[in-house]
Amino acid sequence: MILSVDGIEFSYNGRPVLRDIKFSVNRGEVLSILGNNGAGKTTLLRCINRILKPKRGTVLIDGNDLFSLSSREIARRVGYAAQRHEGGRITVFDAVLLGRKPHIGWEASEKDLEIVREVLASLSLEDLSLRYLDELSGGELQRVIIARALAQEPRVLLLDEPTSSLDLKNQYEVMKIVKDAAEERRIAVVLVMHDLNLALRFADRFLFLKDGTIYDCGGLEVMTPENISAVYGISVAVEKLGDIPVVVPL
Amino acid sequence: MDQGTAENIYHGYLKYTGRKILIILLTFLLSVVLGVYAVNAGSADLSPAQVLLTLLGEGDERLNVIIWNIRLPRIAAAFIAGIGLSVAGCVMQNLLQNPLASPSTLGVSQGAAFGAAVAIIALGAGSLQSTSADAVVINSPYLVSAAAFMGAMLTTITVLMLARLRGVTPEAMILAGVAVGSLFSAATVVLQYFASDVQVASLVFWTFGDIGRASWGEIKIMAFVVGIFFLYFMANRWNYNAVDGGEETAKSLGVNVERIRILGMFGASLITAVIVSFLGIISFIGLLGPQIMRRLLGGDHRFLIPASAVMGGFLLLASDTIARTIIAPVVLPVGAVTSFMGAPLFLYLLTRGNSRR
Ligand SMILES: Nc1ncnc2c1ncn2[C@@H]1O[C@H](COP(=O)(O)OP(=O)(O)OP(=O)(O)O)[C@@H](O)[C@H]1O
Ligand SMILES: [Mg+2]
Repeated sequence: MILSVDGIEFSYNGRPVLRDIKFSVNRGEVLSILGNNGAGKTTLLRCINRILKPKRGTVLIDGNDLFSLSSREIARRVGYAAQRHEGGRITVFDAVLLGRKPHIGWEASEKDLEIVREVLASLSLEDLSLRYLDELSGGELQRVIIARALAQEPRVLLLDEPTSSLDLKNQYEVMKIVKDAAEERRIAVVLVMHDLNLALRFADRFLFLKDGTIYDCGGLEVMTPENISAVYGISVAVEKLGDIPVVVPL
Repeated sequence: MDQGTAENIYHGYLKYTGRKILIILLTFLLSVVLGVYAVNAGSADLSPAQVLLTLLGEGDERLNVIIWNIRLPRIAAAFIAGIGLSVAGCVMQNLLQNPLASPSTLGVSQGAAFGAAVAIIALGAGSLQSTSADAVVINSPYLVSAAAFMGAMLTTITVLMLARLRGVTPEAMILAGVAVGSLFSAATVVLQYFASDVQVASLVFWTFGDIGRASWGEIKIMAFVVGIFFLYFMANRWNYNAVDGGEETAKSLGVNVERIRILGMFGASLITAVIVSFLGIISFIGLLGPQIMRRLLGGDHRFLIPASAVMGGFLLLASDTIARTIIAPVVLPVGAVTSFMGAPLFLYLLTRGNSRR
């Protein structure tokens, strides 16, 4: 078990947003958080890397209590690609190099540059590497942000709607890279996703979040029309196309 | 992965960073050339040979005084103050996430002016002098500097404390800075209302920035403060880069954004306070230095901080040299020159937008 979250409770200014969140993710596993807008998905990710401090509950990473670690130590273990990102006047290369920041002492080493180079290549960003972020398209920028989180070489990778601006091909390629990274590096990936079909293709487990609490959590068996209807409030059919499961709204 | 492409990224990147270092070195070289010109320029007509001899310790009494006590301190003061103001502006623009932030955004200048007003008007540190070229003279410059410094730090600390109460956001800091700044301006006006003409004239005279006020003692203090905080800023360059990626990203990269912001703003304000209390108010350097360099070599603070430093030094030295020579033997206040040159240059930069790499 690499990530285990237990009894998380969180409120914004006294308004409860999360309660009683308990789940765990194994090495090499991809967990997809599913739920309505405003269900608390982003808030949950922010509690896992302590951008927000939950009122109650524990987060263990590799058996270490997250709240006993310094923010730099957390950043070495948890990578995060936020839902919204800002451009800015730095190059793609430097933006991804920033992912090495938690590991860098005074100056970036050869190894840091090498890691950046590999990540850029794997996400087909080589040609953009000297472009400024504020000159990229939305999808290109999103890939840079994912690249930064990968360059962080974390034990736990948190991705908030990583494919929301990507074209069809890039959606599948990026998700494939993320899944491969989970398996090869034996890390845990927790991602938020609105595209149920993409989640079905790439996630090992699914967590339904409804009104700030877990509605259901498990493998493919929880992706039933009943659960999806109950969480999203729209009736769906779950079919198989060949052996690929698909969700179709009715 | 294609090995050829990988090599290309790497070399492309090294070439790109190498170019930035080159720009910084060139700016520095330009400053040195300007410095040499500035030692030679001035109302006392000296030949380059005389200057060189004096620098080598072979000059006569008169030359020694002109070079060592007047021209060199002036050049050193301009360069160091330019570095300080520009670096402070660079860090403030990052920490407040606002390209228009400058060393006086937190009300430091207004605070310093108020301090000077207290010293000159309430404590009687200024008076009229009819013999010299300057009609007005400050009797006890140390008292005025100390009071100005205290006024500047008072605003800084008030603003930072207010911001702490409301949450250390850029908006909170800017708003607090504007509010406290105008409060101090108002207080200065009230003081002036009850002052004599002479005292008001002294205060106005003080307010114009003038590099010539600094002698070696003050220069050493400025160099010390600027040096310490330059190192501190450089040590935080990765943090500032992370802040540019947005607060959430910075936090996820392990940056304690609030602390960085409070300490950085404190450092930048302290630098400004020291410079302003010794030299008076010098505007636009803190805005122009970083803005020019950001356009030339991007927002990576590993390069932007040293680049802003040399550019700020160059700009203030150039402004002061112009102030000394343009209608010599009259020496214009350098603050007027920086504003005169700064405003159009700034507008030009705004309309031109960003240059490509
Ligand atoms: N900074 C904040 N202050 C107060 N309330 C907030 C804040 N951020 C989010 N909320 C509220 O908390 C709830 C959960 O927000 P969250 O961002 O976690 O939703 P989400 O599940 O990620 O939604 P989406 O799918 O739209 O991204 C929402 O009702 C939202 O309005
Ligand atoms: Mg969200």
